[in-house]
Amino acid sequence: MASTPSVKKHMQSSDKTTSDHSKSPIVRPSIPEGKSMRTADELAQATEKISVTDLSFYYSENRALTDISLSIPERCVTAFIGPSGCGKSTFLRCFNRMNDMIEGTRVEGEILLEGQNIYSPRTDIVSLRKRIGMVFQKSTPFPKSIFDNVSFGPKIAGIRRKKDLFEIVERSLQRSALWDEVKDRLSESALNLSGGQQQRLCIARALANDPDILLMDEPASALDPASTARIEDLIFELKEQYTIVIVTHNMQQAARVSDQAAFFYQGLLVESGATEELFTNPRKQQTEDYITGRFG
Amino acid sequence: MEDRSNQEQSTKIEGGEAAVIQLSRVSSLEKAGGLWCSLRPFYEGCIHFMLFVCASISILVTVGIVVVLLYESVQFFYDVPILEFLTGTRWSPLLKPQHFGILPLLCGTMLVAGGSAIVAVPIGLGTAIYLSEYASPRFRDIVKPMLEILAGIPSVVFGYLAIVFVSPIIREIFPSAGVFNAASACIVVGIMILPMIISLSEDILQSVPLSLRAAAFALGANKFEVTVRVIVPAALSGIMASFLLAISRAIGETMAVTLAAGATPKLTLNPLESIQTMTAYIVQVSQGDTPTGTLEYRTIFAVGLALFITTMVMNVIAQYILSRVGERYE
Repeated sequence: MASTPSVKKHMQSSDKTTSDHSKSPIVRPSIPEGKSMRTADELAQATEKISVTDLSFYYSENRALTDISLSIPERCVTAFIGPSGCGKSTFLRCFNRMNDMIEGTRVEGEILLEGQNIYSPRTDIVSLRKRIGMVFQKSTPFPKSIFDNVSFGPKIAGIRRKKDLFEIVERSLQRSALWDEVKDRLSESALNLSGGQQQRLCIARALANDPDILLMDEPASALDPASTARIEDLIFELKEQYTIVIVTHNMQQAARVSDQAAFFYQGLLVESGATEELFTNPRKQQTEDYITGRFG
Repeated sequence: MEDRSNQEQSTKIEGGEAAVIQLSRVSSLEKAGGLWCSLRPFYEGCIHFMLFVCASISILVTVGIVVVLLYESVQFFYDVPILEFLTGTRWSPLLKPQHFGILPLLCGTMLVAGGSAIVAVPIGLGTAIYLSEYASPRFRDIVKPMLEILAGIPSVVFGYLAIVFVSPIIREIFPSAGVFNAASACIVVGIMILPMIISLSEDILQSVPLSLRAAAFALGANKFEVTVRVIVPAALSGIMASFLLAISRAIGETMAVTLAAGATPKLTLNPLESIQTMTAYIVQVSQGDTPTGTLEYRTIFAVGLALFITTMVMNVIAQYILSRVGERYE
């Protein structure tokens, strides 16, 4: 299990709900015991991991994203929220250049990962994707054994020794809280796992590449409430080591797991800020309408 | 009699139309009564029966063929012990002394099937992977109709090309080869089954979900690694099934091997020699002057039965594998 020494320090701050605001909190974050959200101060102090400047994205002629600028802090959870088709998934897929797979797409503006533009022609997409892991909405285990699924990334990275691979597999599965359930059947097909287990397997598979950033595209939307809760707990564990960006339809989930939130509407970034702030005291009317469920 | 029933039918149909028109115009159910209403169950019954007859024909014909094959074969096995048939290493039913060991024919068939698989499997799989993963949509639009044309070329043309075109080249390279040789048959049959392997395998590769490709790319794999480590393994059982179906087609292939491979039943694995396949033997006897009802004549039913069982087993295995592939991604 990931050790979380810094968690205790923030304990008190999580109770600081916003009763002094005139509006009552729309969604009250319920945070697992012993875990905490980053406070606004901590967010402000956090190192900037990814910096997006004036990013526009086009599917052939259609502009899907318009002039988006956003800073993503290190070791925090950033949630993208917004109605379907607002561009939040497209934006997420810009970070590891998954949109390159689609023909006729075009990007303007820049995304800096620790100061390096990932859209520069010199960027090696393969190593970029190894640094930025991704988990999809639909769990996508390969039709291989559990072991082969998790060791896929390290294997193509050139690690051959069985012992090294086994260590990576064990560590990744432990981090994704799946080890205890599968340690006796690593050679079984991954397709035999339940939906929630498959999704945690996909998280383990992404972690096996030892990334610094984890992109999650609605990772729990196809799961039952119990599995969703496990994934959310996992996100709390993982953010101590990884920078996490999560796209979610579920407002409660965004409020529960994220430190920073960004609201998208029709390809525009309407508002972003500390999650507590955004959910309790949104600055823009559109944001408030969306999170109170008046549209979306 | 037939005319009458036709007439009856056409009046029925007219009656039906009239009834529909009436219904829509007056929108009253009672007006549509009369003769048509009382004939309708009979009419529906006729349609049902005629369609049932159509469907039954294929069953009856299949059963009939199998029964004839079995009946004639059983009579053949009264005279020739089944053990001798299956294990004998010489096949000369038309010459004295007669020998009825099917192994030379089976060996010839397998030589052609195996040889054509060696030709078709690598090229077919490579083409399927290229079309599914690498080719531009425009190139695919050119290749796909080409494959259909290739699949439409009559097998007798392939046989002829084997003799006048392929065989001389082989003899140029290997002077010991005869005019009729198994190698030229292997090559043309391989080309014949190529479209089948390509189109089936490509369908299977295309059916691997896009999400699996995306997941592999997101883990930092390049295109070749995604293809070789994820897509092809995921599609492997379906690809195997396409190979089996194609090989089963090669086993049943008749005209090209009859022309190209010769008519010398021989227990050999040397592709440069002339051989005879089961199908080619059946052609030889069927068109020859072997009197019906004799033992020589019955051999073709025994050989036909053996051929039928071989291809059926392969088809059943292939269909079983294909049906399991379908389940996986649902």
